[in-house]
Amino acid sequence: MSEVTEPALRKGVPAIEVRNLHKSFGDNEVLKGIDFHVDQGEVVCVIGPSGSGKSTLLRCVNRLEEPTSGTIMVEGVDITDDETDLDKVRTRIGMVFQQFNLFPHLNVTRNLTLAQIRAKKRSKSEAGEVAARNLAKVGLKDKATAFPAQLSGGQQQRVAIARALSMDPDMMLFDEPTSALDPELVGDVLDVMKQLAKDGMTMMVVTHEMGFAREVGDRVVFMDGGVVVEQGKPEDVLGNPQHERTREFLSKVL
Amino acid sequence: MKRSTRRRLTRGALYALFILAVAVVVALADWGAIRSNFFDVDVAIEAFPEILTVAAKNTVLYTAIAFVGGLLLGLILALMKLSPVLPYRWAATAYIELFRGLPALLVIFGFAFAVPIAFGWRPPGGSAGAGLIALIIVSSAYIAETIRAGIEAVPPGQVEAARSLGMHPSWTMISVVLPQAFRIITPPLTNELVILIKDTSLLFIAGMALGDRELTTFARDMVSSSANATPLVLAALLYLIITLPLTQLVAKLERHNKRGR
Ligand SMILES: Nc1ncnc2c1ncn2[C@@H]1O[C@H](COP(=O)(O)OP(=O)(O)OP(=O)(O)O)[C@@H](O)[C@H]1O
Ligand SMILES: [Mg+2]
Repeated sequence: MSEVTEPALRKGVPAIEVRNLHKSFGDNEVLKGIDFHVDQGEVVCVIGPSGSGKSTLLRCVNRLEEPTSGTIMVEGVDITDDETDLDKVRTRIGMVFQQFNLFPHLNVTRNLTLAQIRAKKRSKSEAGEVAARNLAKVGLKDKATAFPAQLSGGQQQRVAIARALSMDPDMMLFDEPTSALDPELVGDVLDVMKQLAKDGMTMMVVTHEMGFAREVGDRVVFMDGGVVVEQGKPEDVLGNPQHERTREFLSKVL
Repeated sequence: MKRSTRRRLTRGALYALFILAVAVVVALADWGAIRSNFFDVDVAIEAFPEILTVAAKNTVLYTAIAFVGGLLLGLILALMKLSPVLPYRWAATAYIELFRGLPALLVIFGFAFAVPIAFGWRPPGGSAGAGLIALIIVSSAYIAETIRAGIEAVPPGQVEAARSLGMHPSWTMISVVLPQAFRIITPPLTNELVILIKDTSLLFIAGMALGDRELTTFARDMVSSSANATPLVLAALLYLIITLPLTQLVAKLERHNKRGR
């Protein structure tokens, strides 16, 4: 049990490894046998048309979505195993949503400390220090006592990133973190993500920001119709796609 | 005719109609009879201080007990109704449908008289206790549905965010879902509280001991002993004095809560 719940970072083990993942909603098969991995310290950008299953794949990685079949290993631990302490695994996987999903009834600091106290059993003062540090990291030190409704979308998303970081995760999942933002606010959020990548964070980013994928991504994965069609270095996949579907998609978004 | 002139004339006609209606009522009323039957000063003086120290106090006390009890029981029922375990859902649904479908008066009657006969068990606190248990049970059925609706109105992304941070489902419910649900349902809950204040007037059917009487029972008793309806008017005024500040307070709370939404 302790081996299952405490998989100390083993070198050489991928941060995320998905094998033959299938996921259906009723009769609708959304993921049709996905093989996918993210190495430790790697930044993987997932792109693809709407409805191709990007969000579903990402949400399966921390089991917000229940896979139909296949295995999902996080740092070498099979998280589809009933023995796995899912809550514990989730504290190691930060997640950032398109709609931010901040807790509207709590101020910024309490947004950042709640799960530290409840899930990581940190003391209030320790949690507060961690929160302050991460707020500074996303450039919002002065918003500690603001409520989410008083912040712009870009600020809310940066708070959401700080909230995830406050759990000291080993990796971060982003689901279109800038898609709900006004164009002029996108840059601030992307800057925070770039800094994270520079600091060596393992990241899986579903995005429509091709510039970000090209600049920050170590690898780009193109999905369509519930399968991984093509993957590789950003300059290869984005600059010289091998598959017709990839070319077609890129011609629409670039 | 200009549009503004016409509007002013229409408005004036509406005022005139209203004043006419009031005048007709005033003219038709028998003021002598009204004064002697409903505003008899001697009878009113006799009602004090018990109408405050016993009756009004008990109305507030019973309402508070029934509301707090109804909230706790209603919360449990709401969680049962949302439970993935089928028998829990069935039990909660059956309970809610049963006690929303029955008149509160009958439920009070049942707990005061039928339950002691059927189970040989007398609820603690005599008739007042039995009546209060009945009120808690009835109000919890309504409150349960309100709380369930509130929980379902919290966006699913809130639960996902909390769970993705590794928070246990119970902590997610306690720290994330319920605080937001209760903000959403503050208006309907106030409504239920006000209804409950008035429902305490049904407790008379249980046959209350002298010191246990609430406003309506107290006033009714006095009406029959004094052959005068003035106590009912006093009771009506006291009900308004209790409910009006309450609705004001909740309106204020609601404005305050808007900040955190
Ligand atoms: N909870 C659900 N219930 C039923 N169907 C769902 C559910 N979630 C997703 N789907 C379906 O699964 C398919 C893939 O959805 P998904 O959200 O993974 O796509 P996506 O690639 O993230 O698209 P987008 O770029 O629009 O976000 C869609 O057809 C969608 O309708
Ligand atoms: Mg998506």
